[in-house]
Amino acid sequence: MSGKPDLEAGRVELAHGGGGRAMTRLIEELFAAAFDNRWLAAGDDAAAFPAPAGRMVMATDSHVVTPLFFPGGDIGSLAVHGTVNDVAMGGGRPLYLAAGFVLEEGFPLADLRRIVGSMAAASREAEVPVVAGDTKVVERGKADGVYISTTGVGVVPEGVAVGGARARPGDRVLVSGTLGDHGVAILSAREDLGFGTELQSDSAPLHGLVATMLEAAPGVRCLRDPTRGGLAAALHELARHSGVGMRIREADLPVREEVRGACEILGLDPLNVANEGKLVAVCPPDAAPALLAAMGGHPLGRAAAEIGKVTADERGFVEMETAFGGTRLVDWLYGEQLPRIC
Amino acid sequence: MKYVDELRDGATARRLAAAIAAEADPDRGYRFMEFCGGHTHAVFRYGVPDLLPPNVHLIHGPGCPVCVLPVGRVDAAIELARRPEVILCTYGDLLRVPGSRRSSLLRARAEGADVRMVYSPADSLRIAREHPDREVVFFAIGFETTTPPTAVVVRRAEAEGLANFSVVSNHVLTPPAMAHLLDSPELDGPAAPSLDGFIGPSHVSTIIGSAPYEPFAREHGRPVVIAGFEPLDVMQAIRMLIRQVNAGRAEVENEYTRAVTRVGNRKAQELVSAVFAVRESFEWRGMGSVPGSGLEVRPEYAHLDAERRFGVAVGQPRENRACICPSVLRGAARPTECTLFGTTCTPDHPMGSCMVSSEGACAAHYAYGRTRERAEA
Repeated sequence: MSGKPDLEAGRVELAHGGGGRAMTRLIEELFAAAFDNRWLAAGDDAAAFPAPAGRMVMATDSHVVTPLFFPGGDIGSLAVHGTVNDVAMGGGRPLYLAAGFVLEEGFPLADLRRIVGSMAAASREAEVPVVAGDTKVVERGKADGVYISTTGVGVVPEGVAVGGARARPGDRVLVSGTLGDHGVAILSAREDLGFGTELQSDSAPLHGLVATMLEAAPGVRCLRDPTRGGLAAALHELARHSGVGMRIREADLPVREEVRGACEILGLDPLNVANEGKLVAVCPPDAAPALLAAMGGHPLGRAAAEIGKVTADERGFVEMETAFGGTRLVDWLYGEQLPRIC
Repeated sequence: MKYVDELRDGATARRLAAAIAAEADPDRGYRFMEFCGGHTHAVFRYGVPDLLPPNVHLIHGPGCPVCVLPVGRVDAAIELARRPEVILCTYGDLLRVPGSRRSSLLRARAEGADVRMVYSPADSLRIAREHPDREVVFFAIGFETTTPPTAVVVRRAEAEGLANFSVVSNHVLTPPAMAHLLDSPELDGPAAPSLDGFIGPSHVSTIIGSAPYEPFAREHGRPVVIAGFEPLDVMQAIRMLIRQVNAGRAEVENEYTRAVTRVGNRKAQELVSAVFAVRESFEWRGMGSVPGSGLEVRPEYAHLDAERRFGVAVGQPRENRACICPSVLRGAARPTECTLFGTTCTPDHPMGSCMVSSEGACAAHYAYGRTRERAEA
């Protein structure tokens, strides 16, 4: 096919990735139209833009999610938020995104249009344009509909020094909101599990919240978005990189009732469940009140909470005081979380 | 969460802990086995040992279906899965259990075998309907709790006349295993500290009721308190066991009255009896052959029995000599006594079955308890 792609009833064909007219038309009619910016309109292989002062920050992320559409988002918005947040967790202000698409032959163009539309909307909302891209098509059966890789660049303002190795004993640990919403929303959308919930994914761009936080507490030491592996994995990464331990309080963890209920039924731990619109922050103790107040004043940080502190433990153990009155270790997730047998 | 939070209340736990401390005789020790992995998990997850006096010890038992499956049966599953015509369906935890020569179903899958993780036996039936040209085998594991759903799919496959579906039954029974444990010289021999009682399984007992433990308590002189999986259930059961021990009683008591009756679920029991027969004996990892402890598909459903259909042979492979899973499963050793624990053997790279399932004693120790263990060491 070489004409205008049928975005209502058409499907992805191998020709859409073949480098010929069909590919060009798809890019023009779908991608360039949706993202609609001067860099894409220029039609060059690379986007050129001025380099701002400060340190550049760059992050990349590949998005593979089943199902592609879930309550509160889809793979398109997720691909924007995931990378914007990775840049933001480096203390950076995200400036530009590049996106690579791997499409499976036979994938409905209407679904692709929906995904690209959602991605464009997310990019506009975040004010981070998609300025370069790539499309490949693979044969039917060789992919799971759509994979999207996004790369983001940003700039770290002068005076900001955020890093995973900067946590110190005595520092406070904060989270920006309720845990596990994204992971449970995804599970609820999977046919084979079939439990209903009103819960939406928390997928959201966090750079605005980060800017607010850094303004209120420039001494923030670590930022991390607890995506795959959840809060437990994020705390372990920080503990490991900083050579410290962590001690959190179960009673202070913000977890929605629906998430607790779903985890209970499935035998999962909310600490291991993914988030896409939350962050973990580590700051010196005297900065914690101001930081918490600033987070609570931002729409994406309303349920922010101080959940524990950094301990002097070179073994890197992450422990939790249980609401029950005991203490237990919070461990990494091994393999994937699996519902229990009995 | 209503009806759950009440059973995890910290203030009630502290009151109960004080009551336990007051009732436990300081001049003696108490050793109670939580048979079920679900209890082991709860004990660690909520930090229950922190709330017990030092002379009350919890011993982890063999009640994890993944942990007790012998290596020979894991190998048999892998061999079945490698047949090109077979789609092998099973529960997720089993995929990582090491077989001989560090193989596993997960590794077999990476090498090309068609192994599917299912959440319920009904999923495997659906897969059989979707793939009439393939042989779909459900590799069933579990105690009395998971047996009725397997019986349901056998009956349904029969009713639908599904010619490409069969089941390997690795279902095992709790009471014979408890009795067998007390025959272990490591546990009850003259040199071994004796077990003073059992925290009885909760989900299992919803099916079989509390009555099957009565002869056990009588004949072996050990109290059994059936308890739910919530931490307050476990603590209340410990208190009830201490009272029985102090009074010199050995009876079956039911702490889990909100779900367990004396007779259990008769409908489920009838269903299981219609489809399964008790095997003469069944091999348990760590405990050897346990008489009358396993279930096989009845001869009238022989065409749905994958063991007969594919001539599944269960070998006697040599286990890793350094792995002390067998002793851990008998409650005769603590996970941290194993030289492999936390070094060569971790949940990422389990050498033994107890490190695989989250209900396994080693995995529970590793995930929740090893800070304390090391501090004590």
